[in-house]
Amino acid sequence: MHPAFSVIFLTTLIGTGQGLFLALVTGQVYSLANLLEVQDSVHFYATGSVLSLALLAAGLFASFFHLGHPERAWRSMTQWRTSWLSREVIVLPLFMGLVFLYGVVHYFNLTKPLFVVREVIAVDASLLLGVFAAIAAFALYVCTAMIYASLKFIQEWHTPLTVTNFTLLGLASGFTLAAAFSAWTGVNLVAFFGAWAVIFTILAAINRGVSLYRNANIKHKSTLQTAIGVRHPRIQQKSQGFMGGSFNTREFFHGASAGTVVLVRRFFVLSLFIVPVILLAASYFMASPYLPALAIAVQYIGLLAERWYFFVEAKHPQNLYYQSMA
Amino acid sequence: MTQLALVIDLNVCVGCHACVTSCKEWNTSGWAGPMADLRAYDKDPTGTFFNRVQMFEIGAFPKTETLHFPKSCLHCEEPPCVPVCPTGASYKREDNGVVLVDYDKCIGCKYCSWACPYGVRELDEMQRVMKKCTLCIDRITDETLPESERKPACVLSCPTSARIFGDVHDPDSEASVAIRENGGYQLMPEWGTRPSNHYLPRRRTKIQIFEDELERADNPLLKEAPLPAAEGETLDDVAF
Repeated sequence: MHPAFSVIFLTTLIGTGQGLFLALVTGQVYSLANLLEVQDSVHFYATGSVLSLALLAAGLFASFFHLGHPERAWRSMTQWRTSWLSREVIVLPLFMGLVFLYGVVHYFNLTKPLFVVREVIAVDASLLLGVFAAIAAFALYVCTAMIYASLKFIQEWHTPLTVTNFTLLGLASGFTLAAAFSAWTGVNLVAFFGAWAVIFTILAAINRGVSLYRNANIKHKSTLQTAIGVRHPRIQQKSQGFMGGSFNTREFFHGASAGTVVLVRRFFVLSLFIVPVILLAASYFMASPYLPALAIAVQYIGLLAERWYFFVEAKHPQNLYYQSMA
Repeated sequence: MTQLALVIDLNVCVGCHACVTSCKEWNTSGWAGPMADLRAYDKDPTGTFFNRVQMFEIGAFPKTETLHFPKSCLHCEEPPCVPVCPTGASYKREDNGVVLVDYDKCIGCKYCSWACPYGVRELDEMQRVMKKCTLCIDRITDETLPESERKPACVLSCPTSARIFGDVHDPDSEASVAIRENGGYQLMPEWGTRPSNHYLPRRRTKIQIFEDELERADNPLLKEAPLPAAEGETLDDVAF
């Protein structure tokens, strides 16, 4: 498949935004259980929500460049019964709205407990919004990934690994960003978010390793024989019906050389998984606002490369009909 | 239920591209707007087409065979492109089973083209919407046209009658009979899309003759001589 940068930025930016928000809520829940110190509402939670919202908005903005008619985009909310894309289009603004409210509640300190569960857990509006938004964040990971995983004849994508890949990579980059955000603003949660970021990065690396192995050994169901219905082991395309390019040759071929593809794979394994883990581990030993920031910068670039590779490794069966230009 | 479709006889198609040009002519000048051509006279020309004729070489020289392969939307009975559309622009007509795109609703997100394993949907570079074969829906449903002309442009233009148009759910239609009697098949059956368009395979026309048929049954002495014309029909003239 042709890797479209609009979609690469959409999926990576919102994935990181979701992950950052989930990190904030995790921090809040931990502090509720007195496992972490309570953070300042305005400086930590409200600012963090703004950062998360900015990433989500940037992703949404990027997605419009993928459309031929962005002014009609509102129509894409209508087919949620059958289309995962439609579901994503509904859940993304819903999630953004909840993050916005979560930020507002923290900014105006509307955190007076609404009720107390079993005389221990003081539930306030921010916690309720946080939990609902967290559910929406996970729903959004599923929706985004299922857009790809639901296409059964793109066999590289049609696997539960796609869903776990999007989720784990979003969590990894989000928690790394949370660590960087904490380090930058001098909040004492760098080790907490950093530890989770390392855990999610390692889980994501294992998951991606499995999917890389699976896709390297995949046996495609469609062949040129089934594509044109001729039972002969030796069939050669002599003409695809036109001399120039067409939508079929532009949208479904990546055009990158085999060497580039291998290079990008090696690059993302290094910059998405290995380097951030080393940087985060280093920041555990020496407090610096720069190390986690560098970690998220390197990891995000790796994430872009991973998403590029995700599209490039998918082989669409229509390509069987476009093997020779002549 | 009616399911309109094409049956394409690969044994008859000569690869002349008449269906391609007549398709483009009819559909680019119709109500739905032009099928844009870009850089038509420059390097790397491109354009929107609903129908293409491809060519394949089967086998190795000298035992080769050329296959001309017309390729357009197959109007699947389980079209994978329809449920994925986020706007409902892509739909399958209830009354005749034709898969269509509402150009006024399409947002040009290209997701339906990803969901089609056959690659028969093309994004129009000028109108920025997804386009595909409509089976000339404006023509086949136009009751002001005489019955014989209510057919897709490609079918009417085919000089060798390689394209049969009809209802594949009606067992007695010309299309259904052709599929049944000439080994009609579907493309990529492995995905369960149940394409309505069928293809008739290349088949070599052979005369079947046995050794004993080379000799005249009524010539026991094996003496071949001109027949006495006056005797009229012999057994070999009337027997199969």
